[in-house]
Amino acid sequence: MSAVIENHHDDHHHGPAKGITRWLYTTNHKDIGTLYLWFSFAMFLIGGAMAMVIRAELFQPGMQIVEPEFYNQMITLHGLIMIFGGVMPAFVGLANWLVPMMIGAPDMALPRMNNLSFWILPFAFFILLSSLFMEGGAPNFGWTFYAPLSTTYAPPSVTFFIFSVHIMGASSIMGAINVVVTIMNMRAPGVDLMKMPLFVWSWLITAYLLIAVMPVLAGAVTMMLMDIHFGTSFFNAAGGGDPVLFQHIFWFFGHPEVYIMILPAFGIVSHIIETFSRKQLFGYSSMVWAMLSIAILSFVVWAHHMFTVGLPLAAEIFFMWATMLIAVPTGVKVFNWVATMFRGSITFETPMLFAVAFVVLFTIGGLSGLMLAIVPADFQYHDTYFVVAHFHYVLVPGAIFSIMAAVYYWIPKWCGNMYDERLGKLHFWLSFVGVNVTFFPQHFIGLAGMPRRYPDYALQFADWNMVSSVGAFLFGFSQILFLFIVLKTVMGGKKATGQVWEGAKGLEWTVASPAPYHTFSTPPKID
Amino acid sequence: MSGGSYYVPDQSRFPIFMAFSLFVLVMGASSTINNLDDPTSNSVYILYSGFACLFLTMFFWFRQVIKEHLAGLDSNQLKQSYVYGMAWFIFSEVMFFAAFFGALFYVRTLAVPWLAGEGSKGAAITAVELWPAFEATWPVITTPDKGAEFELAEKSMAWPGWDHALEWLPLWNTIVLLSSSVTVHFAHLGLKNGNRRKFNIFLGVTVFLALIFVGLQAAEYYEAYAHYGLTLNSGIYGSTFFMLTGFHGFHVMMGGFMLAIMLARSVFAGHFEEHDHFGFEAASWYWHFVDVVWVMLFLFVYIL
Repeated sequence: MSAVIENHHDDHHHGPAKGITRWLYTTNHKDIGTLYLWFSFAMFLIGGAMAMVIRAELFQPGMQIVEPEFYNQMITLHGLIMIFGGVMPAFVGLANWLVPMMIGAPDMALPRMNNLSFWILPFAFFILLSSLFMEGGAPNFGWTFYAPLSTTYAPPSVTFFIFSVHIMGASSIMGAINVVVTIMNMRAPGVDLMKMPLFVWSWLITAYLLIAVMPVLAGAVTMMLMDIHFGTSFFNAAGGGDPVLFQHIFWFFGHPEVYIMILPAFGIVSHIIETFSRKQLFGYSSMVWAMLSIAILSFVVWAHHMFTVGLPLAAEIFFMWATMLIAVPTGVKVFNWVATMFRGSITFETPMLFAVAFVVLFTIGGLSGLMLAIVPADFQYHDTYFVVAHFHYVLVPGAIFSIMAAVYYWIPKWCGNMYDERLGKLHFWLSFVGVNVTFFPQHFIGLAGMPRRYPDYALQFADWNMVSSVGAFLFGFSQILFLFIVLKTVMGGKKATGQVWEGAKGLEWTVASPAPYHTFSTPPKID
Repeated sequence: MSGGSYYVPDQSRFPIFMAFSLFVLVMGASSTINNLDDPTSNSVYILYSGFACLFLTMFFWFRQVIKEHLAGLDSNQLKQSYVYGMAWFIFSEVMFFAAFFGALFYVRTLAVPWLAGEGSKGAAITAVELWPAFEATWPVITTPDKGAEFELAEKSMAWPGWDHALEWLPLWNTIVLLSSSVTVHFAHLGLKNGNRRKFNIFLGVTVFLALIFVGLQAAEYYEAYAHYGLTLNSGIYGSTFFMLTGFHGFHVMMGGFMLAIMLARSVFAGHFEEHDHFGFEAASWYWHFVDVVWVMLFLFVYIL
C-alpha cells in the first residue's frame, strides 16, 4: 500500500519515463495527445495513399491501374480510415493536449482509461488493414456499408471489419466519456461554463454526440453480424425485415458523426481567428448556442441521406426542412467569424491562413449541402460526384484544414519551437490550390451526372477528372512537406515564448513553451 | 471543483494489456464465427485466450483501483469523476438498446405493413409481385418468403391471455426483476444506515433473484426453440425478440456479476462505508438500468 502512495508522490517531481514504456504505459494527457496525433497522421498518409490510387485510376477513362474489385476496397478503406483513423483521432488528440490546459486541470479525469482509448486504435486499424490480405479481399461495400451489399454479398473479411468497428467504437465512447467528465468535473475554480474556451465547448458537445451515437453504430454492425452468420432478418425483406432499416440506423449514427468531425473544427477556428485578428471574438454566447442547436438538430436530419430510397412524402418534406434549418446556426457561426475579422489588426501567419481558408471553403461545402437538402434536386444529385465534392469540401478544407491550423497554432506550445513560417505558408498554398483543383471540378462532373464509386466513366467526364487527379496529386504530395515541417519543428527551430502569439488568450498560453510535463497540479487562479 | 490536488496515477500497464486482450478477443471472435462450418478450426481457443486475458487484466486493474481508494488517494473530486463516468456509460448503454428498439418500432409500424401491401410506394409492388399471400400482423410468426432459409415458428412469445397468465414466464420474470430492484434498494438503505447485515442479506437476495431471472430466461429460450419452433431463423419477429431479450439477458448477467463481486467485497473484505461506497452504487445504478430496459421489453416485445 505504501508503495502506491510513494509512487504517487514521486510522480509530481519527475518528468516522463525513459524509453518506449513512456508511450506504452503513460497516463499523461500530453503523451496520449501526442500518440493520438501521430497515429492520426499515419492514418492520414495511409488513407491518402489510397486516395492517390483512386485518383490515378480515374485519371483517364477505362481501366488502367487496378482491378474494379480492388478499386472498391480502396474507396471503402479510404473512407473508413480517414474518418475513424484520421479525423476523429486527430480531434481526440487535440482534446487531450488542450482541454486540461485550457480549463486549468492537472490531467484528464480518468488517465488510465485515456491510455486504453488510444491503444485500442492501433489494434483496431491493424485488423481493418489486415483484411486487405484476407481471402476475398478487404471490405468493398463503401464506407457506409449498406445492406445487403455488406451482408448477403460481402466478402468473409466483413466479420473482421464488424469487430474492428466494435472496438473502435469502444475506444471512441471511452475517449468521449473522459472528455465530458474532465470538462464537467475538472474545471479550475472560476472557469464557468459560459467562460470556457470555445474549443472546450465544442468538445463537450462533440463528446455528447459520440456517446449518443457510437452505440447505435455498434447496434447496426451487430445486426449485420447476426444477419450474415446467425440467420436473422433485420435487413432481409424476405424475412420481414428491410434493407432500408440499415440505412435508417446507419444514418442515425452517421449524421451526428458528420458533426462530430466538424464541431471541434469550429472551436479551433474560433480561437485562431480571434488571436490573429487581435480582437475579442464576436458573439461568444451565440457561438455556444449555435453549436448546441447544430448538435440537437443533427439527430433529426438523418434521412436526408436517403431521399431516393422511397420514403413517404411527409418524411421527405420533414427531413428537407429540418436539414435546411441547420443553415441558420451555421450561418450564425460564419457571420461571427467574419465579424471577428472585421476591422481587426489581422496578420496572416500559417494558422490564420488555414483558418480563413476554412471559413471560405467550409461555407462552399455548406452551401452545396443546402442544394443537396432540396428533395427534388437531390433526386438528380444523389450518388453523383456532386455529393463527393460536397462532403470533401466540408471534410478536407473543413475538418482537415482546421486540424492543420491547430497543429501550426499550438505546436510551439507542444514542443517549444516555432515552425518554419516560410515552409508553413508554402504548405498552405500548395494544399489550398490542390484541394480546390481536386474537388471543385467534381461539382461540374457531378451535376453532369457522373455517378460516384465507379472505377470507370463516360468519355465526356474525362477532362475534369484529369484536372481533379492532378489536383489530388498536388494536395497529396504536399502533405509530405507537412510531415517534414512537423519533424523539423519537433527537432529544433527558433525557441517559442510562453505567450507564442501576440493576441493569444487562454490558460494554455500562461505556461511555458514547451508546456511542462505536468501543468496545473494545483488549480490556477482565474479572475 | 475542489482546491486539493487530483490523483493522477503513475504509469500503468493495465490499459495496453486490456487493449491487447480486446485485440485477441475480437480476432478470435471473428475467425471463430467465420469458421463455424469448419470442425477442424481451432480459432475458438484464440477467443478463449482473449476472454481470459481480458478478465485477468480487469481483475488486476480493479484491484489496483480499490487499493488506491483504500490508501486514501482518491480526492472527492476524483470520486465525482467516477460518478459522472458511470452515468455517461449508462447513457451509452441506453443508446445501444435504442438502436434495437428503433429497429423493432420501424419493423412493426412501417416495414411489415409495407411488405403486406400498405402504402403507395415500391413495397406495395413487392407485395403484389413477390409475396401476395403475406399479411401484416404483429407478432408476425410467418415470413413474406417461405423459402428454405427460414424455420417458421408456430407460436409467438406474446401475452397468452388471462387464462394462461400464470404459466407465462415473462410475467414471472417481470416480478423477479422488479423485486430485485427493490431488494437492491433495501441493501443500499442498509449500507447507508451502517447496517452491514441488512446490506449483505438484501444484496445476496438480489444476486439470487438475478440468477433466477437468468434461469427463467434460459427456460423460455428452450421453450421457444424446442416447442414453439421460434428461432433466430424465424424471420423478423424471432430476430427482434431474441436480439432484444438476448442483449438484455447478457446485461442482466453482467449486472448480476457486478453485484456478486460487490457482495463478495463486503462479506469477505469488509469493503464499503456508510458514506463511501460508489463501487456498489455504480453496480446498483446499472441494475436499475437493466430493470428499466426490461420494463420496456415487457411492454413492447411481450405485451403490446
